[in-house]
Amino acid sequence: MEAGRATAPRNRLAVAGARSTTEAMLRNQPRGDVIRNAVFAGLLLLAVAIALAGLLALVIQAFAKGSSALSLNLITNPPSTAFPEKAGYRPAIIGSLQLIAGVMLFVVPVGIGAALYLEEYADSSRWWNRLIEVNIQNLAAVPSIIYGILGLAFIVRGPLDLGFILAAGSLTLALLVLPMVIIASREALRAVPDSIRQGSLALGATQWQTIRTQVLPASIPGIATGVILAVSRALGETAPLLLVGATVFVTFDPTPFGTDGYSAMPVQIFNYALRPQEEFQALAAAGILVMLVVLLAMNSFAIWLRNRYEQRW
Amino acid sequence: MVVVLKEQTPKISVRPEFQQAAAPQIKEKVFELNGIEVLYGGVSAVKDISMEIGHKEVTALIGPSGCGKSTLLRCLNRMNDLIPTAEVQGELLYHGEDLYGPNVDPVQVRKLIGMVFQKPNPFPKSIYDNVAFGPRVLGRKDGLDETVEKALRGAALWDEVKDRLKDNAFGLSGGQQQRLCIARCIAVEPDVILMDEPCSALDPISTGKIEDLMIELKEQYSIVIVTHNMQQAARVSDRTAFLMVELDAEEHNRWGRLVEYDATEKVFTNPSDKRTEDYVSGKVG
Repeated sequence: MEAGRATAPRNRLAVAGARSTTEAMLRNQPRGDVIRNAVFAGLLLLAVAIALAGLLALVIQAFAKGSSALSLNLITNPPSTAFPEKAGYRPAIIGSLQLIAGVMLFVVPVGIGAALYLEEYADSSRWWNRLIEVNIQNLAAVPSIIYGILGLAFIVRGPLDLGFILAAGSLTLALLVLPMVIIASREALRAVPDSIRQGSLALGATQWQTIRTQVLPASIPGIATGVILAVSRALGETAPLLLVGATVFVTFDPTPFGTDGYSAMPVQIFNYALRPQEEFQALAAAGILVMLVVLLAMNSFAIWLRNRYEQRW
Repeated sequence: MVVVLKEQTPKISVRPEFQQAAAPQIKEKVFELNGIEVLYGGVSAVKDISMEIGHKEVTALIGPSGCGKSTLLRCLNRMNDLIPTAEVQGELLYHGEDLYGPNVDPVQVRKLIGMVFQKPNPFPKSIYDNVAFGPRVLGRKDGLDETVEKALRGAALWDEVKDRLKDNAFGLSGGQQQRLCIARCIAVEPDVILMDEPCSALDPISTGKIEDLMIELKEQYSIVIVTHNMQQAARVSDRTAFLMVELDAEEHNRWGRLVEYDATEKVFTNPSDKRTEDYVSGKVG
């Protein structure tokens, strides 16, 4: 190209060509892509809708059936077969509260202890530590009825031989949710960066001082969240309790070591729901509402706790 | 150890090109390394390190990435013990005592030999509690307020934080956080402070403050600093050790080797090894 003038038309041609190429690139995507995008988004939305519909149906159905039975009697009165209009959940509520208190007493020290060992002390390059880890993951997936059988064989009878008492039920539920607590606590411990541990150790703190004063305080919100979620799971469990002696019909307030029997909310709901009379059906539905409210409150508290106190690094 | 450098006759030479210059005369030595080798899972990270580190001096470790500067630094207060696969061989004397001897407790070692890390790592607590943490875990609870003030003054941070000692340390700027970490370290009154690239995450002004601080601190403490920044080594240190990566014949394994160790001025103006000259003049990096 010697002279600019001579090459001008050719330049113009090149500019036009480049422009049209750019235009083509910016134009709408092919029709097939648009449809595929829309279909996929629709399917995902459908999945969310199905998940929500189940919960919504449960709440609506329970409310429609149980609203007539909603009254303070539900909480203050014991169950009764003769007077369904006066019957309530008092022994079951007290039993459930004692059960989850026992679960917490057991699960907090043991669960956190196991998590601390696995995260802070165990050398994960050793095969036995990896085996323990895998097994804890597996334990969390074992069906609850199997824990019921375990509780019956080892806690109610067998080595511990506690008999059909509330404490035995508590211990069984604690074993059931223990893996959940361990897994959640490990997550919380793992979220504490190593730089904090090293900073503490470099100041001449021992490993235990480091854990007690740095690692544990920083991970307590996460651990507490895990414990609450685990306890709310224990609160809703029915199957293992039936095996370890939660009697379905108790009219007195249970005690932890009383041998006369005890009950729990889900067990009592099950009992009412089995009866054909309309009034008992309404009572069962009202009981479901009470439990849903309690569970939602517990889970919301767990979420709030996590958002409010979680340490951001 | 007195070796006349000009003669350039290496005492030990595994390979002729790795002649290791010995340090000039050091009046009082805090560390004495004899043939230190650190292995991770059986693979060497640094080999054959022999040097003496002076008391109340700033000693800089420089060299390219992966040459084992940090590994070597972490040997000095047994932080490598925290890595299960790490192994230290050779002899490391601290004031004449074997630091890896059978009766030495690594926790006690770290009380005497503190460390400041690459990234500021304040604890998620108040400024006061950060500085008080060390004295507290060591059971020195008397006069804690004075200890904290003294440490913060020592780290040139007191004037900036004296009105907000109860605030969370995460609210400080990066440079302030790093000076807080230095304050935290000197609050336990160590003998030596190890610094692992303490300014790599900081801006030039904060870096300048920490460099000034190091020069003040060497009145009281022995300081060993790892740095990527050659100008920093030239500005703050009395002695400089230059490490380099060495490869085996098949180029499978690599490890760090001490190439030159001398007074900082000499290393930067008149290095005796060609590779040191290339590195400090920026020809290789």
